[in-house]
Amino acid sequence: MPGPIQSIERAAAMLRLLARGSGQYGLAEIAASLGLPKGTAHGILRTLQRVEFVEQDQESGRYRLGAALLHLGTSYLDANELRSRSLNWADALAARSGQEVRIGVHHDGAVLVVHHVFRPDDTMQTLGVGAMLPLHATAFGKVLLAYDASLSRDRELTSLTRRTIVSPQALERVLTQVRASGWASEAEECMPGEASIAAPIRAFGGLVVGAIGVSGAVDRICDPASRPKPSLVSQVASAAEAVSRALTD
Amino acid sequence: MAQRYVMAIDQGTTSTRCILFDQSARLVSVVQREHRQYHPRPGWVEQDAVEIWRNVDRILPQTLRDGGVGADQVVALGITNQRETAVVWDRNTGVPVGRAIVWEDIRTEELVGELTARPDSAGIRDRCGLPLATYFSAPKLKWLLDNTPGLRERAARGELLFGTIDTWLIWNLTGGVSGGLHVTDVTNASRTMLMNITTQAWDDELLSFFDIPASMLPEIRASTEIHGKTTRVVPGITIAAALGDQHAALFGQTCFAKGETKCTYGTGSFLLMNTGDTLVKSEHGLLTTIGYQLGGEPATYALEGSIAVTGSLVQWFRDKLGLIQSAPEIETLARTVTDNGGCYIVPAFSGLFAPHWHSEARGIIVGLTSYISKGHLARAVLEATAWQTREVVDAMAAELGVSSKALKVDGGMTADHLLMQTIADVLDVPVLRPMVAETVSLGAAYAAGLAVGYWPDLEGLRRNWHLAARWTPQWNADDRDAEYANWKRAVELTFGWAKPRRPRGR
Ligand SMILES: Nc1ncnc2c1ncn2[C@@H]1O[C@H](COP(=O)(O)OP(=O)(O)OP(=O)(O)O)[C@@H](O)[C@H]1O
Ligand SMILES: [Mg+2]
Repeated sequence: MPGPIQSIERAAAMLRLLARGSGQYGLAEIAASLGLPKGTAHGILRTLQRVEFVEQDQESGRYRLGAALLHLGTSYLDANELRSRSLNWADALAARSGQEVRIGVHHDGAVLVVHHVFRPDDTMQTLGVGAMLPLHATAFGKVLLAYDASLSRDRELTSLTRRTIVSPQALERVLTQVRASGWASEAEECMPGEASIAAPIRAFGGLVVGAIGVSGAVDRICDPASRPKPSLVSQVASAAEAVSRALTD
Repeated sequence: MAQRYVMAIDQGTTSTRCILFDQSARLVSVVQREHRQYHPRPGWVEQDAVEIWRNVDRILPQTLRDGGVGADQVVALGITNQRETAVVWDRNTGVPVGRAIVWEDIRTEELVGELTARPDSAGIRDRCGLPLATYFSAPKLKWLLDNTPGLRERAARGELLFGTIDTWLIWNLTGGVSGGLHVTDVTNASRTMLMNITTQAWDDELLSFFDIPASMLPEIRASTEIHGKTTRVVPGITIAAALGDQHAALFGQTCFAKGETKCTYGTGSFLLMNTGDTLVKSEHGLLTTIGYQLGGEPATYALEGSIAVTGSLVQWFRDKLGLIQSAPEIETLARTVTDNGGCYIVPAFSGLFAPHWHSEARGIIVGLTSYISKGHLARAVLEATAWQTREVVDAMAAELGVSSKALKVDGGMTADHLLMQTIADVLDVPVLRPMVAETVSLGAAYAAGLAVGYWPDLEGLRRNWHLAARWTPQWNADDRDAEYANWKRAVELTFGWAKPRRPRGR
């Protein structure tokens, strides 16, 4: 077993320090308090700032605890912010794939659709933002389940079509596959005639905060053998990577 | 043959973006960088042109790297920019004489008052298509010349160059002190108040009215025109277009026919209608401007309804009130309540632009009771953008005697679904968002791509326009009318707030 990781211990000490007293410390004070060289302290502070656990006052340059720490329990990334920051790449995915694009996040045991881009064929379509989709029967939901073990525990798998995965063991096997391949798909498991492909959106440290993907009629999404079209899979995966990059620059 | 791409630089009020597009108008890579806003005094807004140039210098190569694209695969570069913002620099050193004065800056309010009082101000609007206001470049440039010691003398000696940001970037990209081109495009020039809107040349009477030496001014060119190649940052890229951001958005939305209209929601919001070859002199508080000019063709005119403060109100809510952490959270906060609770915010931070043109107006929050929560305030913030849109849409309808059946939108605020729904509700027409929210950049790319033959014609570009989202009106007429009446009362309360400063020493 590897030993403790020094920089994490130091980061924890910094947070404890900042939580004390006036809660505002300059770089030199922090370094002196913890007996660290300024450069080392600065590196750790910069990283904590990046993940929003620490904030730096614009004027004084002093550090304090970040607002994100206070809201650790609630949703980490605001859904409307996720939409704003993925706008460009969701559009590009729709344009490239010719399919409608959605972004989903976990909410209350389901997939909440937070963004929707129409299929670029100028047919009449309706915005589906705000819709709730089942976790176990959509590609979006499978992605969210695959990367958060707490979500699939003791979940009742309702049958929606004759293809819906209703056995926990079968679902677990699929989720293992999703983790291995980095994407999920589904054909007629939620609605007859419909299919979807999705991939994870990751924030700092790899944390999955949502899923982006395409959906539509089975023959648009899948090949004749009902397998997701490889070209779509790679387009979805690169869009997911692009959004993840946009969230972490 | 390797894939080829078009590049756009969108130098905006708050940030600079560089974007690569492919032939189907799909975004290939994008890099964005914010620059600092300086507010040295109430109403003053400044930026550092050197910082903006440094940002371009960083993001352009990074955009190529991110897209895995070589400079030789870029067939053309289009430049689009925040308009009116004035930069003056030394042609021999390339150093600006001070910070750029930004379009939102209202330091020239008194100066504009004095200019308006002059008898010879009567013909100004007819010549340039614009009302005398702090918004445009000429008062800013005059203020700089009048208030910076030694500047007039240096200008008279021919040492200084003036430009809007397009001019500053092209001059730098094409060599700066070693042979940089001093040019602007007709859309940017149409925002200075120095260009004659009919002849599209610098106008001697306007120059003498504002007392601006002609030697400082760039050459006016068409919007699509091959200016030359970059010699700095990434050398060898053909600069093939330049146009103001709102004009680029009109182009990116493929509003090529008379009557076609778009509204772009960014720092401010701007409704533009293509009026073809007709120069419409507005009676309803709209601006006459150049839509765009294709090289070798006559200019296409446009009517514009400019709203100074929309996205910047959200930023104020975030940065100055600290009620949200990020701009998109305004929607989350606004959704914690179901209506505005009787509260209205009129963000007359820079006075009010179209259709009022009240430079002495100042912002107001009205209807406060102890019932009002921050959620209601957030609603009022978003509704302010919607009602201001309604005012310019109404002005457009009054001008032309017809109202449009839908509104095409673009810009960063279109990510806000509550806002887009509210706009559909207050206008009572569907709101349509195209597949590329970065329509400003797309328009600059289109213009540049057309100039080099990457895209053959305007009709081909139209086929790239696809609907990405559509919001349909849901309010009933009574609610809408009642709310609009409240909004109008709130607007009237902002008028006449700022009094001329009392002379010093009293
Ligand atoms: N989800 C949102 N809801 C409301 N406002 C938003 C949202 N996302 C961004 N904004 C606002 O939109 C603006 C950013 O949009 P955009 O990127 O189009 O503007 P910009 O190009 O920076 O503007 P400019 O070109 O004038 O600099 C900011 O003022 C921001 O406050
Ligand atoms: Mg912009």
